[in-house]
Amino acid sequence: MPEKVMFTMGDIACAEGALAAGCKYFGGYPITPATEIAEWMSQKMPQYGGAYVQYEDEIASITSVIGASWTGTKSMTATSGPGVSLMLEAIGLAVMTETPLVLVNIMRGGPSTGQPTRGQQGDIMQAKWGSHGDYQIIALTPASVQEMFDQTVQAFNLSEKYRTPVFVLADETVGHMREKLVIPDEKDLKLVSRKQPTVDPSEYLPFKADEDDLVPPMALLGSKYQFYATGLTHDERGYPSDKEHIQIKLVTRLQDKILKNADDIIDLEKFMLDDADIAVIAYGTPSRSAKKAIKDARAEGIKAGLLRLKTVWPFPEDIVADLGTEVKHIIVPEQNLGQVYHMVRSAAAPTPIHLMAKPAGMPQLPHEILAKIREIDSI
Amino acid sequence: MGRFEVRIGGFGGQGVVTMAVVMGETLSLYDNKYCVQTQSYGPEARGGASKSEVVISDEEIDYPKVQEPDVFIAMSRAAYLEYIDGLKDDGILIIDQDLVDIEGDLPETVTVYKVPATRIADKDVGTKLATNVVMLGAFAAITGQISVEGLRAQIEERWPRFVKTNLLALDLGMKAGKEAKASQE
Repeated sequence: MPEKVMFTMGDIACAEGALAAGCKYFGGYPITPATEIAEWMSQKMPQYGGAYVQYEDEIASITSVIGASWTGTKSMTATSGPGVSLMLEAIGLAVMTETPLVLVNIMRGGPSTGQPTRGQQGDIMQAKWGSHGDYQIIALTPASVQEMFDQTVQAFNLSEKYRTPVFVLADETVGHMREKLVIPDEKDLKLVSRKQPTVDPSEYLPFKADEDDLVPPMALLGSKYQFYATGLTHDERGYPSDKEHIQIKLVTRLQDKILKNADDIIDLEKFMLDDADIAVIAYGTPSRSAKKAIKDARAEGIKAGLLRLKTVWPFPEDIVADLGTEVKHIIVPEQNLGQVYHMVRSAAAPTPIHLMAKPAGMPQLPHEILAKIREIDSI
Repeated sequence: MGRFEVRIGGFGGQGVVTMAVVMGETLSLYDNKYCVQTQSYGPEARGGASKSEVVISDEEIDYPKVQEPDVFIAMSRAAYLEYIDGLKDDGILIIDQDLVDIEGDLPETVTVYKVPATRIADKDVGTKLATNVVMLGAFAAITGQISVEGLRAQIEERWPRFVKTNLLALDLGMKAGKEAKASQE
């Protein structure tokens, strides 16, 4: 399809990104403020030769997505915090069985049912630590309608490449705002599909990872390869094991395949950071307030800059650590009571980190961040 | 042009969000401006408070929401009372005068335009559903911030079954906007 231009909302850009990435299965349960994604997919999926199924709840939705993915179909679901809470057990299953899938969370006010029509960024730590056990996850944080498209495509690519669930974590403002969206010609889109085994079926070990990327080739249900997939700790054959060395090997590899490929996964924007004394680290809507505040601070002669995170997990620890040695202060505005703040603090210590916490629907305003920059500059 | 901010306030069912979306579509797709549209509303389908916002610029827009609107279009008393203080001191206030009275003291530098959009839609267009398009026409005539040919094209694209009604509403809104402007000068 040729390039297409729309003026549309972030949720719909996300759905269009999924379609462009080759998503052919959506299993979901509508919830504000992510409903428009399900609505758009329900209309478009049949036209793209895919399937949209609305389930009785979020647990059925995500487990259906895991099943669909094992057939080789690029699959997704979209929900908000309360829905993710229900999906947590299955996210662990997807991690353990190394199932590629995309899970969109349009974040609203919490805890519990909270404020459905008001945005927040309260689910950053939930995305990382929600399911039990040690594991790593990938989570992308778009800040515009165009990025909702681009990063949903990227989410599918990363999920396929690393055989892992990938979160798209957007606050409600990004999900519901409308801006211009350019959908590129499909020949200009770089799409990734999971690697499949090439060995003779008699030699296939479904959880034997390649040495270079630590990812095992993935056979598809119904293909000539037979395999067993389980949430229990398993060896390279996929068989359950209670042996200590098998547990250590598997859990370590699941962690390493994300952390050792972090440079390939992490995406961020540096804005006016080169000579900055004060850095703001932000993501999603507050990062747009921060950009305005930094332009205004620069106009006043204050050397401020922005590190905008487009990936929060894996956390760009090395980059933040380096930044901590280059600047005198770091400000972290978040629409929560401080989540990425803790990651920044552990990476950049002893550089002073200043949290601007706001657990509510309106982001920190540009003049509020500017006031904080001025206050710190005057120290 | 630097940043130009528009806020529209009314109640659910008046087409407050749709109006801002059509504005955004026209500015973004026809007038080639940078544009962000946002909204907030309650859980009710009709009758609750409804607010929508449009930020327009020739440059990439950082902060996406309205901070201090250049134009405030008030289509309900509740919205007027809630948001009037946010209007820029030299801003433009457009009200549906059958629904909104000027209450309290406005800065002398605020310019007020009265457009009976609901009445025009009901009596002259034949349906109150066209109130938002009447107001859109008035906005275009009063501010000159949006192209009329773009609006016409967008109306044809968006409502193919109701082109005639909506183009009539747009024309009558522009006429009312011009009259409101003339009465100011």
